[in-house]
Amino acid sequence: MSTDYSYKAVMAQKADIMRSSLGIDYGKYTIGLLSFDYEGMLSDTGYDLETICDIQSRTAVGNTPLVELRNLTELARSISDPGKGARIFVKDEAANPSGSFKDRRASLSAHEAGEKGYKGIAAATSGNYGTAVASHAAKAGLQCIIVQEAFDSKGIAQPEIAEKTRACEAYGAEVIRLSVGPELFYQFLIVLKETGFFNASLYTPYSILGIETLGYEVAMQVKEQEGRFPDLVIATHAGGGNVTGTARGLIKASAKDTLTVAASVDLSGLHMASDHDFNRKSFTTGHTGFSIPFSTWPDRTDVPRNAARPLRYMDRFVTVTQGEVFYMTQVLAEIEGMERGPAGNTSLAAAFALSREMDGDKIIVVQETEYTGAGKHPLSQLNLAKQIGIEVVRGDPKDNKPGKTIVIPQHPSQIEAVDVDLDRIRRSYLRNALNSLAEGEKATENDLEFLAADTKSTQDYVREVVNELIGKTR
Amino acid sequence: MAERAKKDTWVEIYKILLEKGERAPQVPNDTQQVPLEMKVKGFLVHDAVIGEEAEIITPAGRRIKGRLIEINPAYTHMYGRPIPELSPIGAEVRAILRERGKAQ
Repeated sequence: MSTDYSYKAVMAQKADIMRSSLGIDYGKYTIGLLSFDYEGMLSDTGYDLETICDIQSRTAVGNTPLVELRNLTELARSISDPGKGARIFVKDEAANPSGSFKDRRASLSAHEAGEKGYKGIAAATSGNYGTAVASHAAKAGLQCIIVQEAFDSKGIAQPEIAEKTRACEAYGAEVIRLSVGPELFYQFLIVLKETGFFNASLYTPYSILGIETLGYEVAMQVKEQEGRFPDLVIATHAGGGNVTGTARGLIKASAKDTLTVAASVDLSGLHMASDHDFNRKSFTTGHTGFSIPFSTWPDRTDVPRNAARPLRYMDRFVTVTQGEVFYMTQVLAEIEGMERGPAGNTSLAAAFALSREMDGDKIIVVQETEYTGAGKHPLSQLNLAKQIGIEVVRGDPKDNKPGKTIVIPQHPSQIEAVDVDLDRIRRSYLRNALNSLAEGEKATENDLEFLAADTKSTQDYVREVVNELIGKTR
Repeated sequence: MAERAKKDTWVEIYKILLEKGERAPQVPNDTQQVPLEMKVKGFLVHDAVIGEEAEIITPAGRRIKGRLIEINPAYTHMYGRPIPELSPIGAEVRAILRERGKAQ
């Protein structure tokens, strides 16, 4: 690398660094101006579901218990109309080696890095994924570097990220802790360039294929226990990999009628790159600060073509509040005897609300839990929130204001899953797609077909919205 | 007198990667006003003094230089006090379930 470490100079080398750190020639999947061969990109990795199951079972990943939450279902029924209150199950992904479903993604990335002869593996992540990469690197005998956005300009560390730092270091990884800002990616590029390590991005084909086993297991376990597939599977949604991989796994299990629902914590109003807002987010993941931008434009990430394309797969997208998730985390511990990390309970809070809408014989699967501990806990988050002046009160979750007030519900009947308008998300995606075209470029027929698939809509819908958007800019 | 650390001690170093004014153009105003800072832990390559330049070898085998800020740094994240807004929830929902049990 040249000795110019300015932001501009490093970012200018992005394409070269990505190519050598991933070993994927993304260019060959290009079809039209916007379209690319998504399935081809995934299948060219050579990993089919069976192979991935083998790799994962060798590292004790997957085959986690499916637990029926009978008391929680009873609680939902006690506040539902007669006959309502679908059965709620949870896939206890905390049972994976590093304590979350992220082991599924990391196991395949570490395997691939080893196969390709990289001596180390690196990831830019402040969450469970870093721990998972560190854990699998340890097992595979690879060196590991995790780059985190960890503390604000006052030096205050986000407690959940402080715990991830500790866990990564426990697995023998080097942890580069940075202050707030998207230049995390700038530093990550420098690390990749200097070390020649494998880029275990959250958005490579390996990272998504690794999650397909989760959707597949959910479908097959329910089928085995109940004689049929689940009616609805709900996934906490941030960068899109969880939703994408799970839904693809359901499809591979032929659970075609199972609905895929994405759930995020509503953090509207807080800026993701703001130093001031950093510790005012009491959730570090599973929130709208990631899920909205990644749903409306997946290719904003650290790889040329994102393998996580959530809008392709979601049938419904809902939000819950921070207070509702903390409430449900407490309930899960106290009536189901399962103490699990709060962010992973985002989909659980939403599932509780959705259960009340659905008939009592229906089955909902919450497809993950995550480990909990000091830092990764409602007590740590709420103590920090209080310390920096965020009000924590019991009340109506409708009064929750991200960064200002966290409202813990007074009664379970107040928990609501608020629908995100998917039409609005699709339009926003299509607007971003058009904006990515250069002056004078026009979407081809191939592009329309791709955009329809990528937004889970039809070519007629895409054509109509595109014409509308072009009309507006004229 | 400043605290000293021996070679091979587990320490943390600090470095400014981008000064304010050098930050990415898309960064919001409040973040533009502060530098991009880095902290990394590793084993000291030589004897060193807190506050002075030091070189470490990280667990990934990299050599990095920066200002020595901590010797054998503590993990200080914790649970803290119980949260009064969460403490009564268990009893509340168990009461709802008991009522339901009676009604059925």
